Amino acid sequence: MKMKLGTMAVATMMAASPVMADLVFPSLSYRTGPYAAGGIPFADGYADYMNLLNARDGGIGGVMTKVLECETGYNTEKGVECYESTKGEGALVYQPLSTGITYQLIPKATADGIPIHSMGYGRTSAANGDVFSHVFNYPANYWNGASGAINYLMSQGDISGKKIALVYHNSAYGKEPIRTLEELSKKHGFELVLLPVDHPGQEQKSQWLQIRREKPDNVIMYGWGVMNQVAVQEAANIRYNMENFIGIWWSGSENDVLPAGDAANGYKALTFHGVGNDFPVFADIQKYVVDAGAAAGNGDQIGTVLYNRGLYAAMLAAEAAKTAQEIHGVADITPAMMRDGMEALEITEAKMAALGLPSFGPEFNVSCENHGGPGLVGMTQWDASAKTWSLINEFAPSDMDVIQPLIDEDSAAYAAENKIEASCK
Amino acid sequence: MFYREAGDFSTTYPQDSQTFPIKFDRYRYYLVLFIAIAVIPLMVNDYWVSAIFMPFLIYAIAAIGLNILTGYCGQVSLGTGGFMAVGAYSCYKLMTAFPDVSMFVHVMLAGVITAIVGVLFGLPSLRIKGFYLAVATLAAQFFLVWLFNRVAWFYNYSASGQINAPEREVFGVLITGPNTDAWASYMFCLVFVIFSAVIARNLTRGAFGRKWMAIRDMDIAAEIIGVNPLMAKLSAFAVSSFFIGISGALFFAVYLGAVEVGEVFGIQKSFIVLFMIIIGGLGSIFGSFAGAAFLVVLPVLLKIMLADADADISNTQYAFGYVFLAALLISTLMMLREAIFRRTAPSNNMVGWIFAMIAAFVAYTLTIGGMGWPTDIVAHLQLVIVGALIIIFLIAEPHGIAQLWRVAKEKLRLWPFPH
Repeated sequence: MKMKLGTMAVATMMAASPVMADLVFPSLSYRTGPYAAGGIPFADGYADYMNLLNARDGGIGGVMTKVLECETGYNTEKGVECYESTKGEGALVYQPLSTGITYQLIPKATADGIPIHSMGYGRTSAANGDVFSHVFNYPANYWNGASGAINYLMSQGDISGKKIALVYHNSAYGKEPIRTLEELSKKHGFELVLLPVDHPGQEQKSQWLQIRREKPDNVIMYGWGVMNQVAVQEAANIRYNMENFIGIWWSGSENDVLPAGDAANGYKALTFHGVGNDFPVFADIQKYVVDAGAAAGNGDQIGTVLYNRGLYAAMLAAEAAKTAQEIHGVADITPAMMRDGMEALEITEAKMAALGLPSFGPEFNVSCENHGGPGLVGMTQWDASAKTWSLINEFAPSDMDVIQPLIDEDSAAYAAENKIEASCK
Repeated sequence: MFYREAGDFSTTYPQDSQTFPIKFDRYRYYLVLFIAIAVIPLMVNDYWVSAIFMPFLIYAIAAIGLNILTGYCGQVSLGTGGFMAVGAYSCYKLMTAFPDVSMFVHVMLAGVITAIVGVLFGLPSLRIKGFYLAVATLAAQFFLVWLFNRVAWFYNYSASGQINAPEREVFGVLITGPNTDAWASYMFCLVFVIFSAVIARNLTRGAFGRKWMAIRDMDIAAEIIGVNPLMAKLSAFAVSSFFIGISGALFFAVYLGAVEVGEVFGIQKSFIVLFMIIIGGLGSIFGSFAGAAFLVVLPVLLKIMLADADADISNTQYAFGYVFLAALLISTLMMLREAIFRRTAPSNNMVGWIFAMIAAFVAYTLTIGGMGWPTDIVAHLQLVIVGALIIIFLIAEPHGIAQLWRVAKEKLRLWPFPH
């Protein structure tokens, strides 16, 4: 109460001086609920990077950033409430970190003219900017992930005639890669076994029994939250070779492998950004954010995989805002300008190095037609003794010959259903 | 004083048997209807409709449905989420198969389809009761969710298994889809709420309702006096599922617009609606509304009070903040005085001061635009507060908010001359 009185006094004094509008980045986070273990580090990374920009650079282009956090608990209804309550505050871009909420917001945010950046999740066919004018999912999407996993396996040896199992979260998110994998199995001649796991995924005995019986050569997993740890543990229990077990990027954080201990050694996961805290930007975060006592959450997530992802998301948003400021020549941008900035976004190695994130992600640029970027995916592997993830395969292209037709087909169906006309000239 | 029968004479039978026989009650009801129909639609914006009114209205329909089955007929059901899913998916199939038909028809048909499904799953109720029936309906919940996840026909073979509501209109006004005006979706839900509440109220007052209540109170006795348990139970399942189906259809098409069955219509939903009727009051139409309002508005209110923060507060707000803070301090001191010096069980005075503290705190936080606490702490607090209130209600007033309302009305009849 005392503190609040202090802030009130400060606020009254500040009310006298002219208030400069902030660049508002809503963060529909989930620090509670079944998926909190994944939501907390992401939200921390997002908030810390924006804080860093304020403390180090004085915001973006001279305008301070402001992260409006709203708790969704991974619940769609709360997501709606959060969206409606924050959109009036000048929200520039939404990153809900939930495929369900993303599906919800795609039509709403498009109608309100606010862009969505669903980085590595959400609706994959939103990569077609011709149909989804306000939705972006660069630098990589679920289908790139599926194809990246198969490409990686092919680089390790011939996969025709082999058996690959997909263990997936039985929801919109987990079902996304099925079509791609089916196409790929036709193309490369491997057999695909589908094993759905129902939310929240604490019970997977039957799925892993089936894996023990069918002995697939590889297992690919699309899981989130507690499902990941349970799967890794179950795989360890049936002594499945971890080298052959690959998770999507949402199944590749410290939370997922630590509970299984040494048994998780060698588990692999896809990624579209760098891992670890061996980047210059972390020194800045320590200096400007942590030492200033402004770290988000408990401040204990810095450098974890999902923290880095939140940081990467914030970095891309900030770069898009900068691009928007350059295009329109104003510092105080609107959501419509932000959209233009995202569409003209260009990430180069020089830019990333200047930001203290050398080789942190792939180089890419976004265009009006392609909101999904080039879809380069890398591979990481868990070292249980050192308790670190390391990048074992550089960001490599995925099979766009298979993915692009699927994107076109799905987005065309959406366009027809909702009578959307092509927005790119 | 306010609720007085004196001078309020009925000269015909219809007058005597109307829903609100007391004049003041009736006028209050007309006033509420007038505000809901003619005032609110002119004032609402997207936030009010999407965050408060739509969930409230839609949950109220679901609660009315479950209240008919559980509160009036005494058949415990944990299948509400599953039945809402039936409503949602049938509405989706109808919307996509017959795009030119009015949404009114689709929603009603979704209710009818759900009623048929409800009757099917109500059949076991003829043999089993109580906990066993609860388990049977639980099976319906899991089976239906599994079905809509498994059979691709229900979601038109979309890659993700999500269903999305395309744009549909009623009398040329958009009702579903992102470009809908706030007032339109509000009015559409409101029409269904009024329709459901009037039908439910009259059914429960009539022969059907009496049969249901007879079955609820003692089924063997009811059978002896001539109530056919087959008809009574199955009709309760049908009517209840009809309303729940309508609410599911609205929940998907008008409120959310995109639905994934496991996440939206899971077991969680069944429990929430059950909590609503328990808090609101079993066997009461008003209770369904009160329970829905309680569980929809309270979390939003707590969020606005605790998590939001307003950076620029005007001097007036600042001054009023201090006034409420002083009020909070005084009521806390008075409460403590009661607690320390009376040394008896919590007295009425003490409860009164606790309420005063809560009111002062609410006023304080709303004036200064929220406390700005971390969102995760507020989310945990929400769970704690809602859970604690459920327990307090179950202990202090097992008949729910509806009973509090009844008591209040009784008191107002005599007020201010209680003797």
